[in-house]
Parts: sequence; C-alpha cells; structure tokens
Amino acid sequence: MDALTSQQVTFKVFRFNEETDYLPFYNTYTLNVTHEEVVLDILNRIKWDHDGSLSYRRSCRHGICGVCSIKINGKAILACKSRLFDLVKIFGTDLTIEPLSTKRVIKDLIIDKKDFWEKHAHVNPYLVSDIIEEPTSEHLVSPHDAEKLNEADYCIQCGACHYSCPALAINEQFIGPAAFAAAYRFSADVRDEGALERLHIVNEEAEGVWDCVKCMECAEACPKDVNPIEKITKLHNMIFEAGIAKNNVATRHAVGFAHSIQKHGLLDEGELVRYSEGNIGVMKHIPEALAMFKNGKIVMPWNMPKSKNLDEIKKLIQSSSTVKF
Amino acid sequence: MEKLKYALYTGCTARESTPELLKSTLAIAEKLGIELVLLDEASCCGASHLQDYDDFLSLVLNARNICYAEKLGLTMVTICNTCQLNTAMTKHRLDTNPELKARVNAKLAEVGLEYKGTSEVTHFLYALVQDFGLENLAALVKVPLSQFNIAPFYGCHNIRPSELQNLSNGGENPYNPTSLDDLIIACGGVNVDYAEKNKCCGFHAELQSPHTAAVLTGNALAGAIDANADWIVTPCPLCHLKLDVQHHGASKAIGRDVKLPVLHMPQMVGLALGCTPAELGLNHHVTKVDFV
Ligand code: SF4
Ligand code: SF4
Ligand code: SF4
Ligand code: FES
Repeated sequence: MDALTSQQVTFKVFRFNEETDYLPFYNTYTLNVTHEEVVLDILNRIKWDHDGSLSYRRSCRHGICGVCSIKINGKAILACKSRLFDLVKIFGTDLTIEPLSTKRVIKDLIIDKKDFWEKHAHVNPYLVSDIIEEPTSEHLVSPHDAEKLNEADYCIQCGACHYSCPALAINEQFIGPAAFAAAYRFSADVRDEGALERLHIVNEEAEGVWDCVKCMECAEACPKDVNPIEKITKLHNMIFEAGIAKNNVATRHAVGFAHSIQKHGLLDEGELVRYSEGNIGVMKHIPEALAMFKNGKIVMPWNMPKSKNLDEIKKLIQSSSTVKF
Repeated sequence: MEKLKYALYTGCTARESTPELLKSTLAIAEKLGIELVLLDEASCCGASHLQDYDDFLSLVLNARNICYAEKLGLTMVTICNTCQLNTAMTKHRLDTNPELKARVNAKLAEVGLEYKGTSEVTHFLYALVQDFGLENLAALVKVPLSQFNIAPFYGCHNIRPSELQNLSNGGENPYNPTSLDDLIIACGGVNVDYAEKNKCCGFHAELQSPHTAAVLTGNALAGAIDANADWIVTPCPLCHLKLDVQHHGASKAIGRDVKLPVLHMPQMVGLALGCTPAELGLNHHVTKVDFV
C-alpha cells in the first residue's frame, strides 16, 4: 500500500443542523485521495466541490489552534494533522467522519464546547502568584524546573481527550482529562502558589481524579502527547503528599494495596474490599460475594496464598515507602 | 518449532477469584507444549492503584518481580491486562531513565537483587498469537468452535497506551485491534464485531464510582448481545470479574437485562483443543457456561 500515491476512499460524513433537522444523517462521498492529503484537505474538497453547506472549524492548519478536532471511525484526530493514508492503514477505505461529540452538535462537525471550557475554568488554569508591579529582572525558570511540567504545557485545548473519556460521558460532574492536565500544569510550576487550592478541587468526590476509570483513552487520543492520565496519577500523588487525601473508599482502595502486599505479597481481594468500603459499606457487596463463594471464587483467610520470599517484600516496603496516609 | 518457555507471572486474581484462569492457562500450555515456570516469588503489581499512593514503591515491587524472570533468563508472560500494563510500564520507565533505575536498584540491592532490563514482558495472548503462531494453533484444533458467535473483549490495559504496548504487546492499533479476533478465527469460531470491544469495562472505578463502572459493564454486555454473540472472550481476569459477576448491577444501571457467559482467553483455546470443561474450570463462573 505504501507504494501507492493515491487511492479511492469512501467517506460517510455526519450532518446535522440544530435549527432545521430533527435527526442527524450521513452524506457519502467516494474520492480519490493522495498520500499527501490530510483530513482537512478532504473536508475542504467536499465543501468546495460538492456541498458548500458542510460546516467544520479550522484556523491555523498547523496543529496549534486545536479547533479542527473531530472523530474518524471513533478515533479523535486533528483534521489538519492526520494523513488519510495513515487512517486507511488502521481502518481500511471506509471512513466515517463525525464531530467529537454527537450529543453537542451545533452544525455538522461543529460542537458546543461549553462544558469543556467550564471544566477548564474550574481548576484555576493560571499561575497564582504575587506580582511585583515593577520588576527589575525576569522571573527565570531553570530548565530543570521547567521539566517538572512534563509537557503538560503542550496542551492546545483541542478536546480530543475530553470527548474520548468514558468516565465523563457517564458522569457529567467529572472534571475530565484536559482540565486535570491543566491543573497539574500550573500546580507543578515553581512560580505558582495556588497548588493547594487546585488539589482540593481535583480531590472532590464524583468530580475529581478518583473517578477516573483508568482506561487510558485520553493518553491515546491526545495529538500532543500530553498524556493526561500520567498527570492524573501525579495529582493523586500530590494529594497524598499534601496530606489532604480524605479518608474515603477511593483513598483507602489505593492505600489498601500497600497493606495487603505487606502482609501476603499478593493482594487479599476480600480484605481490600472490606478495608476500602468499611465494615458497613462492605455489606452491599454481599450478594456478589455469595455468588462468588458458591463458585469457588473466594479464598478463605486461612488459605490466602503468600508470595515466596515474603521477607524481601516486607523489607522493601519498609525501605522504599515514600508516603504516609 | 523450538519449545517455547516463559516465566509466568500469574498476578493475584488468577490465584484467588479467577482460579479457572490459572487452571486453563496451564492446561493449554501443556497441550501446546509451552513450558511455563511459575514466578511464585512475585508480589501483586498494585493493579494501577498502588502507584496513585506511592509511585516509587510500586516501581520497586514491580521491578523485583521482573528480576525473577531475568534470573531465569526468560521472557515474562502475564495473564492479566493490568499486570501487563503495570509491569511493562515499570520496565519502560526504568529502561529509559538510568537515574530512576539506579534509585530502584539501590533498594533492590538491600535484598540482593538487581533489575537489569534483560527480560521482555508480554501478555500470554501475544505469546500465542506471535510466538506460537495462529497457523500452528489452528492446526491443533480438535473441536472447531464453528457453531459460536464469539465477541472479543480486549480490555484497555492490553492495548492502550499504544506507545507502550507497541514495545511489548505486538503493536496492534487500539482503535481497531485484531489479535483476539484472529485467535477466535483460528479456533474455528465466528468473531463478532461491536463498538464496545475495545472499550473499558469500568473495573478500576468499581468501588469509588460504582454507577460509572456499572454503566460501562452494561454497555459492553449489551453491545455483545446486540451483535448476536453467544458469549464473550477476554484476556483480562479483571474484565472477566466485571462482566461475569456484576451483570445484576450492570442491568440495573442501564435499565435492561444483560447477561452473557464470559470465557477467559485460554478457556476458549482449551475448548478448541479438546480440553474438558473441568480441565478449564468452567464450573467457576457466576454466569453459567451452559453450552458445553
Ligand atoms: S484514563 Fe481516566 S481521564 Fe483518561 S479517558 Fe480514561 S477515565 Fe477519562
Ligand atoms: S490534553 Fe491533548 S487531547 Fe486533551 S485537550 Fe490538551 S491537547 Fe487536546
Ligand atoms: S477493561 Fe477494565 S479491567 Fe480490563 S483492562 Fe480495562 S479497565 Fe482494566
Ligand atoms: S486547524 Fe488549528 S489545529 Fe487544526
């Protein structure tokens, strides 16, 4: 396929006009595409040669403004950056072009990103610092300190991760990967003094980092390799380090692993659930636990398997632990 | 073909709530002539939660596990997606960051171990598909699964993030994975396509975000049912626990009765190779496997 310089691709394009349409529909176009073309070229050709009413956002054409993000066969992309031939390699020659979120469409591929910006604004996405009104020198950040941002500052707010996040699709309160990455970006900045307040915001139940399902969709979706889930893990760590982790099911779930490994090397699954939920909360798991017990899926405490060389594990937990709860 | 030999990192689940996974893994390895050496020294990988609490401790423990595969001079195979992710992530971070590796090794030295980076880490699914080979497997099939529509459920932590998985898990595209589909076909079955096959089951948020987790499980089961699947197959015991055990909560969350038998990847292969239900531990399922 690599030797090809052009090939036929069939595009199914999502259409919907909030003002006139009752239901969305798709238009199909079969076009000859060249190995140099990106998705935005195709959208332009459809608009210019076939249907001038097709609406989509684009501005910089350079992978920098972040407005052209859409989905191809469910994969979030920047239209101006994704080559057709790469997409054909993944999906074959039938491609479906859709907006980032079909629930939020204004017209065709244009969506209302209000929820994205609200979440972003919610985490104080700016440096909090006392400003010297008449500075006499620059406020320099060393390369070493700049590296602490871990490329979180590369975010172009395209929304690809946000609209690929399944936790957010179900739980509208969830702050979401892009805003978490922004929360990390400013909290990790040596000039910032607003980290503690931000950590409190992302530590809230239902909204905060604890409700991430760890699907890694955000890391996969990001066209700028911001790796939001990595920043979410760092926010978890910062919450524990700042000593503001609440004593709840989510934090006990994370901490419980250390307890269990200390004791058995392996995880004591039943004890982890009991420790996380507490003696009362654990009751709601009883029906499942009974079903599991009946089918030989629950190991009794006296049969709990242990790792060989458990003393090594205990010693390492003693010497390598860096956090207290 | 030279005899394949791996160090098997079972993880905790296969020794506790999914004993059928370990049983069926060992059963098919024997049938296929693959030698698996159990890493009994290994600890829990932290299941993507320990690192939220103590990232460094999680690295040290996972590195220690890999040390034992290195001592044997073998590739480590995992049978749980989340073990795979945590172990491969540890390996990647240590192999690309000499300073971090030195810090971890300073701790490991206290117990007489050293992480070198000489063992690969791969999920057993990819060992079968790539090292053993699908054609070789297909040639050994005794009971083709041709009367079954089988829905593959890949599980996030075997396919994402692709940057990492491409180093360890054979580089399939997470938006259009094919390994499990190909394995179904090699076993003589009919692979079913549905939108949720590469989506999340919700397992890791089950305690702290039960509604989100239950909807994800419900969507996955509903997707497979609507695509006419007779059962689901998965390489991940955590996905299995969610899909096999939690269908009540899932049905409630999405307002629709969803229930479908779910087999572990080696159980499916075992059926095709002619293993008995007892050899594959099919009696351990909560959603009964009523078709064999
Ligand atoms: S890893 Fe967490 S934040 Fe990222 S997409 Fe999945 S649920 Fe959302
Ligand atoms: S983190 Fe990446 S995917 Fe998410 S908004 Fe920023 S640039 Fe886009
Ligand atoms: S599908 Fe669920 S259990 Fe399986 S790997 Fe993903 S999050 Fe973990
Ligand atoms: S047009 Fe600006 S990022 Fe694509």
